[in-house]
Amino acid sequence: MPQQVTRLLVAFALVGAALLIARYFLVPDTFGELGHYRAAAVDSIRNLQKSYAGRQECALCHGDVEAVRSASNHRGVSCEVCHGPAAQHVANPMEVKPVIDRRRTLCTICHAYNPSRPTGFPQIDPVAHNPQTPCIACHRPHAPEPPSTPEECGACHGQIARQKAVSHHAALPCTTCHQVPEEHKTSPRTVQPTRPTERAFCGTCHGEPAMAGSGIPQVDMRTHGERYLCWQCHYPHFPEVGR
Amino acid sequence: MKKKEVTGMTVDSGMTQDPGTTVDSGMKRDPETTETMEKEVDRRAFLRACGLAAPVILAVLKVPEGLIGQEAIEGAEREALLYAMGVDVQKCIGCGRCAVACKTENRVPPEEHFFNTWIERYVIYSDGRVVVDSPNGGIDGFPELPEEGETLRTFFVPKLCNHCQNPPCVQVCPVGATFITEDGAVLVDEEYCIGCRYCVQACPYGARWIHPEKHVAAKCTFCYQRLDEGLVPACVEVCPTGARLFGQLGNRANPLERFRRFNEIQVLKAHLNTEPKVLYANLDGEVR
Amino acid sequence: MQGFIYPNEFELQWGLLVVLYPYLTGLVAGAFILASLERVFNVKEVEPTYRLSLLTALAFLLVAPLPLLAHLGHPERAYEIFMTPSPTSAMAMFGFVYAWYLMVVLLLEIWFDYRENFVHWSRTSTGWRKWLYRILTLGATDLSEKSLRFDRSAGKWITIIGIPSAFLLHGYVGFIFGSIKANPWWSSVLMPVVFLFSAIVSGIALVLFIYIWAQTVRGRPVDMLCTDKLASFLFYAMIVDFSLEMLDFIHRLYEAEESITILSQLVEGRLFNSLIVLQITIGTVIPLVVLLLVSPALKKGGFLATTGELRRMLYLGTAVLVQIGIFSIRWNVVIGGQLFSKSLRGLTTYKVELFGMEGLAMTLFLLVLPIIILWVLVKVLPPWLDGEKGAPSEAG
Repeated sequence: MPQQVTRLLVAFALVGAALLIARYFLVPDTFGELGHYRAAAVDSIRNLQKSYAGRQECALCHGDVEAVRSASNHRGVSCEVCHGPAAQHVANPMEVKPVIDRRRTLCTICHAYNPSRPTGFPQIDPVAHNPQTPCIACHRPHAPEPPSTPEECGACHGQIARQKAVSHHAALPCTTCHQVPEEHKTSPRTVQPTRPTERAFCGTCHGEPAMAGSGIPQVDMRTHGERYLCWQCHYPHFPEVGR
Repeated sequence: MKKKEVTGMTVDSGMTQDPGTTVDSGMKRDPETTETMEKEVDRRAFLRACGLAAPVILAVLKVPEGLIGQEAIEGAEREALLYAMGVDVQKCIGCGRCAVACKTENRVPPEEHFFNTWIERYVIYSDGRVVVDSPNGGIDGFPELPEEGETLRTFFVPKLCNHCQNPPCVQVCPVGATFITEDGAVLVDEEYCIGCRYCVQACPYGARWIHPEKHVAAKCTFCYQRLDEGLVPACVEVCPTGARLFGQLGNRANPLERFRRFNEIQVLKAHLNTEPKVLYANLDGEVR
Repeated sequence: MQGFIYPNEFELQWGLLVVLYPYLTGLVAGAFILASLERVFNVKEVEPTYRLSLLTALAFLLVAPLPLLAHLGHPERAYEIFMTPSPTSAMAMFGFVYAWYLMVVLLLEIWFDYRENFVHWSRTSTGWRKWLYRILTLGATDLSEKSLRFDRSAGKWITIIGIPSAFLLHGYVGFIFGSIKANPWWSSVLMPVVFLFSAIVSGIALVLFIYIWAQTVRGRPVDMLCTDKLASFLFYAMIVDFSLEMLDFIHRLYEAEESITILSQLVEGRLFNSLIVLQITIGTVIPLVVLLLVSPALKKGGFLATTGELRRMLYLGTAVLVQIGIFSIRWNVVIGGQLFSKSLRGLTTYKVELFGMEGLAMTLFLLVLPIIILWVLVKVLPPWLDGEKGAPSEAG
């Protein structure tokens, strides 16, 4: 073999050996046990400290509050949403106490009106709704059902109410088209209002010649969009047509 | 009608209309559908008969008992047990408590630029504009609508690391500092990460960030420290409307089971084939 | 900030340092491919630049990992890439491509070419130089005809392996970007190819510049046949490179995928100066026109007759413009790809720091460092043998 080759082979062999020795010292022990990563990392992450205790922990001592809350409209709202992380309190109940925020600003985080919130979620206008009064003056946080049922549908259906208010249907109360059982105001998801099911319903006002001369737009119900239900084209809460 | 065929026996999962879901939309059955349904009934009766006959036939053919016994009835194979999250977009009220709880639980820096989870608001105006914003991740709430105009649709979308089963971030990590565990969580080894930021580039969802002091990659861990004790991630714990659900794929007794059965499930950027495990229900087409 | 970006996207992940790194490796690949033109394809005209190209490649290759190290969050853990490389990671595999190229291609080729000189110089020098050359011979002091023939043959074979290795070196950098499906500006089949050809362009331009400049500084005559040939190759490479870039551009516009809206805003707004002005107009079109007119690329003697003096100046200027253009390409790819949100709904900005690890000062330093290293290499491993055979030339 040419002299160059032997010398080079020696040089490369030395480098290779150095790398192998380095590998022995530098690759962490648990690397590769579970996959291409350091298995010990999984344990470190598993053992990180927790801040939130979880609602089951609260119930262990505060069963009375839990009983009230789990029967109320706030049954889905976990304790630590309002009272902050409580793991330290669970570990040391006498010395570390959770927060009790009694200000309006806590409740408005969820309940202030915002059009992007889903329809039917209870929302109020913080400026108009009993300003300066703490929410808890009328609503017990663990059983927040309002002291009197809201009269206006718009109390929960704000987006719809606001849209209807600037439409041609502004003067119509919601009950014109929807029959609302009283229980809907206290159990809104289980008891639902009715909705019209037939074209003829809209026809009572809009079908020729029912209200001719009143200014209400009239159409011939036999021919006007007769294969569709009216509200497939006309949004009842804002029935304006055209651009 | 949903059917599940299990080795020749038909198990009708049934469509139960539970109280509280949406009211009948008012669609009438047409004659064609009725005919198809009648055929279904005949088919079911036939298959049921076969199912009853099967053990007899198989016994005659001397097939080992185990194959036709309890296992067959109890169910076909399920997916591997992997942690996953369900998000119902229609329930999110954009309160931001999830983002706050996450920052506390996972010691995420309080600045406006680091989030394991955040809320985006989408506003689709009648003139076609789509405006998206996420002021401080939603932690301080959302002010009035971002722009003037009549809105067509508007809603909130919670976002987080999708803990993909085919994670592009794990694929590109040069040293093996980020990885997916056997139970389906994608995690970062802070002691091993060299801070090259390749994983941040590779994540299509913007879920990763670099810790300003530790100089390593960081992201949502599904609150891995909470899972062994049966606790749920902090964001799921504090969500007041139940918009977030946590559980395991492949496990029958967990909230994801119903979520996946009764909702049309979407994932973000499905065309990238990352196999995300954050499953969205009622996800609007405008969401990226 | 304009539109909507994911909250975590406020800060650009890869800054000026990561722009610098593909620029440097591109110069390496380009310079080496130029050197290989002489060895493998027997392009005799460029022979004066052979050793210079190799030394240039080495100088830049040694500096290339530095911007990467500087930008890591934990540079002290960088060895992990070699200890536990992830087989699915392009970045990890690139570590080995780099190591292969440095050790097996470049260093070996230089060694084989210089070995004869090392032996001579180890015998004729004094002091520390004597020891340096002795070590560099690795003890292979056989200067028989057979041995020297082996040197030349080995050099040729290494160059042959070296060409695809150089392609791999910089094509791989393109792949590091091109394989990121999350980023529509980067994700492209053409990315490795475009990177490679722009590397070739920058490498040829660099050697052209250094050759003319070095000869002028040393007071030696510039071999115009050599520079004309270099300029011709530069022209051909630029045509291919520009065609590929235009192909990518046209393809994007034609398909008009979802990302086209935000990318159009990006190019017309944030990247207008660096892409339309610097990369395309100043960095490509003007050099192409100049080279077309004065170099013998398409017509012997060029379309415009010029004196050697003028042509030298034009080549020098063109080479500088090309470098600006290629640096702009790297900027537009790396920074451009991070200026828009992955939500495809917004744009952000990149503020270059002056000082600090990722600052302008560090970048300038890392651009100057290879020149300094090259200067040292030229002193220790002189590429010009103007004196008696085998003797190092005067200080140049």
